[in-house]
Amino acid sequence: MTLLGSYLTLAAVLFCLGLYGVLTKRNAIVVLLSLELMLNAVNLNLVAFAKYGMIPSLTGHIFTLFTISVAAAEAAVGVAILIVFYRRRVTVNVDEFDELRR
Amino acid sequence: MFGLNLDVTGELAAFFILAVCAITGAVMALNLTRVIHSVLSLAFTFISLAGLYVLLGAEFAAFVQVLVYVGAVTILMIFGIMMTRHDHDSQERPRPFMEALAGIGCLALFGILFFNIRGTDFPAPSGTLPEDNVGELGRLIFSGFAIPFELMSVLLTVAFVGAVMLARREEDDLP
Repeated sequence: MTLLGSYLTLAAVLFCLGLYGVLTKRNAIVVLLSLELMLNAVNLNLVAFAKYGMIPSLTGHIFTLFTISVAAAEAAVGVAILIVFYRRRVTVNVDEFDELRR
Repeated sequence: MFGLNLDVTGELAAFFILAVCAITGAVMALNLTRVIHSVLSLAFTFISLAGLYVLLGAEFAAFVQVLVYVGAVTILMIFGIMMTRHDHDSQERPRPFMEALAGIGCLALFGILFFNIRGTDFPAPSGTLPEDNVGELGRLIFSGFAIPFELMSVLLTVAFVGAVMLARREEDDLP
């Protein structure tokens, strides 16, 4: 038995921790960080399957690179939106992000 | 969680050390009250994950992980913290019901994932990765994955121009 199961379990732990952070944290920066943690868990899965999957290939590595680029773009846009919001409402509490609801 | 025949190899030991580091960083990031501390402890998690990538033979992915996550995303978050104010005393109204519900949901998700991972019979890998990993990766990106690669550069450009446009001060475009 290879270490594949252990890698997948670690990725599941990280994904669930990130999901818990996204669902419960009120600070928008911590929510963005938890999202990054979830994306990293997915990347770990991709790289683990690239080595220990049935047909080892480098496609998993390439998907990992693409995921990292998308995550970087997402973080940049997220922080920009956060700063614009902070300028208008002087808070970073995600409970206050309710302009579309009112 | 690691089978019955426990043969301690170097890879297993390194995996467990790095896994413990990654989980510790993630748990501390969720528990620390100051945001800057969570960012730094999550950077620790990202570095541990880069170590795991090296262990899995993905040296280039590990390098990009350190460069982009530890270098760029963490610094971006620190800039975000710098530009906003965090008074972490007034805003924490405890919501125990919501948090318990979210915790139960996440634990249930983890349980489902864990039992499915344990129950799956993964076939043995039929071969190994090429020896010259990074060179082969470069050849693959510029041959088979050339169009997604170029699309990714367009996406990054659009995202960064959009971020700059969003975060620009609105007084600037007054005459």
